Amino acid sequence: MASEAHTATESSLVFHPMDQFIVKPLFGNGPVEWYTITNVTLWLALAVVAIIALMVFGTSRRAVVPSRTQSIGELAYGFVYKMVEDVTGKDAVVFFPYIMTLFMFIVTANFLGLLPMSFTTTSHFAVTAVLALAVFLTVTIVGFVKNGAGFLGLFWVSSAPLALRPVLAIIELISYFVRPVSHSIRLAGNVMAGHAVIKVFAGFAAIAAIAPVSVVAITAMYGLEILVAFIQAYVFTILTCVYLKDALHPSH
Amino acid sequence: MATNTHETVSACVDSYGSAVGMPQLCGEWMGNQIFWLVITLVVIFIVLSRIALPRIAAVLAERQGTITNDIAAAEEFKSKAAAAEDAYNQALSEARAEAARIVEATKAEIKADLDTAMAQADAEIKAKSDAGAKAIADIRANAMASVEEIAKSATADIVSVLGGNADDAAVSAAVTTELKG
Repeated sequence: MASEAHTATESSLVFHPMDQFIVKPLFGNGPVEWYTITNVTLWLALAVVAIIALMVFGTSRRAVVPSRTQSIGELAYGFVYKMVEDVTGKDAVVFFPYIMTLFMFIVTANFLGLLPMSFTTTSHFAVTAVLALAVFLTVTIVGFVKNGAGFLGLFWVSSAPLALRPVLAIIELISYFVRPVSHSIRLAGNVMAGHAVIKVFAGFAAIAAIAPVSVVAITAMYGLEILVAFIQAYVFTILTCVYLKDALHPSH
Repeated sequence: MATNTHETVSACVDSYGSAVGMPQLCGEWMGNQIFWLVITLVVIFIVLSRIALPRIAAVLAERQGTITNDIAAAEEFKSKAAAAEDAYNQALSEARAEAARIVEATKAEIKADLDTAMAQADAEIKAKSDAGAKAIADIRANAMASVEEIAKSATADIVSVLGGNADDAAVSAAVTTELKG
C-alpha cells in the first residue's frame, strides 16, 4: 500500500482520499496515546465552542423577540423537543437533554467537517460507535428498569401465530443487537463516503482538461454533503427516539 | 530528521504520511478519540442541561405567556368595543323614541289648542248668528207693528176722506181683524 501511494506521488495524479481522516498529534510528532491532544481534540473542542456560542451566548439576552442566533437555537430546541414528544411520547421528555446533546453534537460536528482542511470527527467509527453504544445501553437499561422482565416482550411478538413466535423472537433479537452497528455505520459511512468522494474529485482537478468538470462535481457533492450532514444527524436522532420508544412502551 | 520529516510513528500511516487502509479502522487511534469524545459529550450535556435548555424553555414559555396575555387583552378590548357600540346604539334608539314621543305630545297639544280655538270660534259664530237672527226677528216684529199702525192711520184717513166719522176703536179692530185674516 505504501509503495502504491509512493508511485502515485510521482505521476501527476495523486489520490489520497483517506488522508483527511488521519489522526495526528497537534503538537510534535509523537505517538497518539489516549490522552494526546490531537486534531480530534481540536475539532471536538470547536464543536463544543460552536454549540456553546449558539445555545448559551446566542440566547444570553433571553429576548421575547429573538435575535437571529437565538432563533436558530430555539429552532433546534423546538425541532428536537417536538421529535422526542411525537416519536417517543410525552413521558420521554426526561430524555430530551440527552437526545438534544446527541443531535447538537452530530449536526455541529458534521457541519464543522464540511469546512475545508477540517477534520470530521463523525466520520470515525470510534466516535459514532460510542454514540450508538450509549444509545443502545440507555435503551436496554431504561427498558429493563421501567418494564422489568416485561421488556423481553419486545422480542415475543404476541400478535403472531404461536408457532412463528420463536422464529420471530430470534429475528427480533438479532435485529436488536444489530441496531448499534447499523446506527453507527450509517452515520460514519455517509459522512466518510462523501468526504472521500470530494477528495477523489479534487485529485482529478490536477488534469487541466478535466478540472472544470471536477470543480463542478466538487460543488455538487458539497451541496449534497450539506444535505447529508443535516439528514444524518436527523436520522441518528429520530432512530434514538424510536429505540427509546421501544424501551418505554415495549408492546408491539 | 530534515530529510525524513514523515517519521513513521504509527502502523496506520506510511513513511510518506499517507493513510494505510482506512484510518477509521486504525485501532491505536480509537482510545484517543473515545477519550476526547466522552469529555466532549459530558461538557455539551452539562452545558445544555444546566444552562441552555432551561433558558430556552423559559424564553419560549415567556413568549407563550406574552402571546396569551396579548390575545386575552385584545379579546377584552374587543368586548369593550362591542359593549360601547351596544350602549351607543341603545342611546341612539332611546333618543329616537324620545324624539318621537315629543313629536306626538306636541302634535296632541297643538291639536287640543286648535280644537279649543275652533270650539270657541264656533261658539262665537253661533252667538253672533243667534243675535243676528234675533235682531232680524225684532226688526220683523217691529215692521209688522208699524205696518198695523200705518194701516190703521191710513184706514182712519181714508174713512175720514170718504166722509165717514172714523171711530178709532172700530178702525183699529177692523184693521187687526183684516191683517190677521
